Amino acid sequence: MEKAATLALSVRLRSLLAARGMTVVTTRESDATVDPERRAEIANHARAAACLSLHATESGSGLHIFTSSLPPTEPGRFIPWKTAQASWITRSLALAGALNSALLKEGFNVTLSRTDLIGVDNMTCPALAIEIAPLRSADGKVTAEADDADYQAHVANTLATALLAWRLEAHP
Amino acid sequence: MIPRYQKILFAVLLVAALAMAGVLWHLRQRAHERLLEGQDSAPTKAPQVAPTEQAILLVANDADGSLLTQARSLPLPADPGARARVILGNLLDVYAVPDAAHPVAGGAAGIAQVFLMPAAGAKSGSSDELAVVNLSSGFVASHPSGLETETLTVLSICGTLHANLPQIKQVRFLVDGQERPNLAGHADLTRTYLTSDAAPTTGGSDQ
Repeated sequence: MEKAATLALSVRLRSLLAARGMTVVTTRESDATVDPERRAEIANHARAAACLSLHATESGSGLHIFTSSLPPTEPGRFIPWKTAQASWITRSLALAGALNSALLKEGFNVTLSRTDLIGVDNMTCPALAIEIAPLRSADGKVTAEADDADYQAHVANTLATALLAWRLEAHP
Repeated sequence: MIPRYQKILFAVLLVAALAMAGVLWHLRQRAHERLLEGQDSAPTKAPQVAPTEQAILLVANDADGSLLTQARSLPLPADPGARARVILGNLLDVYAVPDAAHPVAGGAAGIAQVFLMPAAGAKSGSSDELAVVNLSSGFVASHPSGLETETLTVLSICGTLHANLPQIKQVRFLVDGQERPNLAGHADLTRTYLTSDAAPTTGGSDQ
């Protein structure tokens, strides 16, 4: 389920961002398997203003935003591959805060956490892992699965608006 | 007319057959006695029932990504490794009940062993320990895939170990005794986790 749901979400998000004049580089456009480190290579090569690693799950509810749990460091001349994200942690946390605010405003249930994730830890850009989980009612019943088209459209639209605001704030 | 040598041969064979029958009867009796002795193998020492003690579980909740402390009274063995295994088994039993806040099938059988050893990089004289948690492949195979759910499982195991055995500062994971890249596609199982990363969220309860 995850591969199809994340691909559908990334296609929606890419279209919405492109419509707002942003250049988007995706790591896959079809049902292909891309190694997490290869994804980081693509992101680093693009010198992206923001990098999003999209995930989907059947557990939990709402949206889960993860930043790397690496301790922040000052960028040096040589960046270690395994802890490359350490120099961007502060900006990644700011990006997580911006997306969290936008999603909360739209009424989504959002959890913010930190984790070690191969791929995100190797990225040299403000990077987040965003996991879309089913929408649930107060009693825990699923009201929309993670691959539900309307739910995904709402999430993608909110993320696109928040990313545009983030870019304008970073590069007015 | 039967020749004499045949009569002698017959007599010798008859004596040999009777002797062998006697030996067989004796062996059978001895085997029977040994069997009866084996059945009477009652333990010479009654098994000890471990005293009930308070254990702290850091229970994950998928709804809000939290780790809540739960106090439980459990019979705990004195050996730290066995103690850690019993406590983690109880934690996984919490996740295996229907309608659990962090549902994972498998229960206590998911923890095959817990080994404790001095932590890597610890100063001399330090009591800091590394816990190696050997998960069963059945537990890992039935674990739901997801960044949050896998991270919560790992953190709740690390936090529970540290809450009950504070000398445990680092945790590594194996699956059926082998290193494995991730839990169910996301949580990295090749790295050493620091128990300081797994702090409880808020609140708590006694059970």
